[in-house]
Amino acid sequence: MGEFLRGALAVAAKDIRVEHRSKTGLVSAIAFAALVLVIFNFARDAAAVSREVLAPSVLWITFAFSGVIALNRSFALERENAALDGLLLAPVSRSALFLGKYLANLAFVFTVEAVTLPLFVLFFGVDLGGALIGIGATAVLATTGFVAVGTVFAAMTVRTRFAELMMPLLVLPFMLPPVMWGVQATARLLAGRPLGEIGGWLRILGLYDLVFVTVCLLLFPALMDE
Amino acid sequence: MTSETVGGHKVIRRGLVVTVLGLLGLGLVYVVALQFTPVERLQGLPQKIFYVHVPAAWSALLAFSLVGIASILYLWLRDPRLDLFAESAAEAGLVFSLVMLTTGPLWGKPVWGTWWTWDARLTFTLILFFLFLGYRALRGAVSDPGERARFAAVVGIMGLVLVPFVHLTVYLFRTLHPQPIVLKPSEPSLPWEMLRTLFASLAVHTILLTGFVMTRYGLGKRAQLAGGDDAG
Repeated sequence: MGEFLRGALAVAAKDIRVEHRSKTGLVSAIAFAALVLVIFNFARDAAAVSREVLAPSVLWITFAFSGVIALNRSFALERENAALDGLLLAPVSRSALFLGKYLANLAFVFTVEAVTLPLFVLFFGVDLGGALIGIGATAVLATTGFVAVGTVFAAMTVRTRFAELMMPLLVLPFMLPPVMWGVQATARLLAGRPLGEIGGWLRILGLYDLVFVTVCLLLFPALMDE
Repeated sequence: MTSETVGGHKVIRRGLVVTVLGLLGLGLVYVVALQFTPVERLQGLPQKIFYVHVPAAWSALLAFSLVGIASILYLWLRDPRLDLFAESAAEAGLVFSLVMLTTGPLWGKPVWGTWWTWDARLTFTLILFFLFLGYRALRGAVSDPGERARFAAVVGIMGLVLVPFVHLTVYLFRTLHPQPIVLKPSEPSLPWEMLRTLFASLAVHTILLTGFVMTRYGLGKRAQLAGGDDAG
């Protein structure tokens, strides 16, 4: 088990280091999220729909879209210079490889979301008040699940034609449940409801995470066979 | 022409026979539904679409489960026939979910007064349809047959795992659909004549699904043996 985790962490550290050195991916993903927020503001009929009503949906659609964008690039790096072949030759099990890529993707998407949230508060004039912890917990739980699914799909779509198109087509149906639960929880929290009221949503998000992280760990090795 | 190519042709021929039987059965179901089944008191004639809509939903779900099960078995046994079977079932499922999605609004308009509503079961079906579509699109986008089979199997299994979650999600919203009327602990609330027609139609749709899957399987087999790539 120690070796498994060491391998996974080595892969994750490698990805994070690559990201840290160039920063292009992260900056672009954050800029993309900010742009989605801006577009939402102008896509709203200000006379008919108040910012508050639309806010939870805006936040979660921004999270989902920037998640797709972020995940799309996670294996694109490996594709260049056939780096994936090198990774597969490394003495790291396929499941550990998945875990490493998954952790790096999580770090990436969490960072994007952590920057998006204050931007969202700024642009949409939302008063987070005591809702920050609840929204944070919801975002962490929802992201944990859909990034696992997205990591598996990214490993596939990078080796297909029209990868950029294939990724959202495959992953968006899987994002539907966590996004819907996230919106429900966020709407309640922003309306000033207590944290206890979203316990049900958090539990179901946790169940989704548990199921899909397990399934992805089991299925990922099948993608890497030769 | 090798003996295996003949095998492919044989499956196609048998599949076509089963399909024709299914189509004849479908004609019979229409006759029984229109002539020998009472008209529903509140909904009138539009309710007749029930005898196609519900069985099509049944076939789509059945096809979806078959894709999932064949995918699990494929990753375990690595038998290319299982992959071809999953592909065939997915395409048949795509057809049936399309039937369900077109008959639903046709029924909904006169009875509920709206073509489309984000009702639980409609939404569920729509997601199912998108999953089938994604599965099909992915198959078309991978050129290496081995890779295609493994990728498709992973998507098939993940889809099967997703279904209960989508089910849970959509049922958390209110539904316009009737509560279960046949499969429930107490007696079915349909009169016997309607139930009879429904069961006949369920059987016919299962035969049609079998016919479609067999024919598609045979076509795929023939394409494979002809040395061509059936990815298209």
